[in-house]
Amino acid sequence: MTSSEWPLWEVFVRPRRGLSHSHVGSLHAPDAKLALRNARDLYTRRQEGVSIWVVPAATITASSPDEKDAFFEPAGDKAYRHPTFYQVPEGAEHL
Amino acid sequence: MNASGGRTDRFEYLLRLGDDALVAAQRLAEWVSRAPELEEDMALANIALDQLGQARLLLSYAGEVEGAGRSEDDLAHLRTDREYRNCLLVELPNGAPGEDTLDFGVTIAKLLGFSAYQHGLYQRLVASTDQRLAEIAGKAVKETAYHLDHAALWTCRLGDGTAESHRRMQAAVEQVWPYTHELFQADDLTARLAVAGSGVDPASLRDGWLSTVEKVLAEATLTRPEDGWAPDGGRFGSHTEALSYLLGEMQSLHRAHPGVSW
Repeated sequence: MTSSEWPLWEVFVRPRRGLSHSHVGSLHAPDAKLALRNARDLYTRRQEGVSIWVVPAATITASSPDEKDAFFEPAGDKAYRHPTFYQVPEGAEHL
Repeated sequence: MNASGGRTDRFEYLLRLGDDALVAAQRLAEWVSRAPELEEDMALANIALDQLGQARLLLSYAGEVEGAGRSEDDLAHLRTDREYRNCLLVELPNGAPGEDTLDFGVTIAKLLGFSAYQHGLYQRLVASTDQRLAEIAGKAVKETAYHLDHAALWTCRLGDGTAESHRRMQAAVEQVWPYTHELFQADDLTARLAVAGSGVDPASLRDGWLSTVEKVLAEATLTRPEDGWAPDGGRFGSHTEALSYLLGEMQSLHRAHPGVSW
């Protein structure tokens, strides 16, 4: 069996409770169960996480580089969307 | 003689446990860089490293119990095949008997039988009166649960896969089955340690092992082989010739450069 026959999976790992799952990479696996186990072996060898998601790469709908301007450019001149107009309370580490 | 059994008995028992893990690790590591997929390469290497870790803890402890100043390296690298106490199952090649080939189905069949045995054994050793052994078992029981899971998943995928994968997985299980009987062989040593509460009577592990393995085989649409020929001797140093070659490779560096470390 060659890699081209095994579908690609995207791997998301939650580093610890309270944080979101983050994309860490991808891998090949014949099905979801083995993808999860392969992800465990490839991406959590050094205690990087407490939870893993695997998602078939083919099911992800991604924005296209061609649409970059229409998607992201309009946010450029809207400074009022950035939370820079008030004081961060003392002792608040995560906002 | 202390509460956990006599010194010689305990040393011998730890050698059996440690040698099982060490030889299994060395054999499985032959897959490194040669597995069918990069991902599987990593998975098998991880399992082999877990087994090597168990072997190190067990052989270090065996050396302390013996009290003759032998380290884990001395025990691993300076004993001959006749002095090894592992079961025959773990020394068998990863392919057809007598051939220097790698067969993934045979490897998975061996791992299924061995990890199911180790997992059942460590689950019981967690309650050993030998505190240190109980702690080693407590660590290993989680590792072997994962090894068993990995072997079971692949057994099901190959057994319940294509006609060809089914045929080869069935042949692999048939090839390995006779060697699983030795795992559950009791003798005077295990009887004494079972009474002392530090060891486990191997025969008492077979029912649990059978129910685990038979369930996996049924899910994999594989036929459970008949019980028959039951080769043994590993626990007393009477091994297949495969072990000599395995040790020859494993020990070559240490024998060429005695005491070398990195």
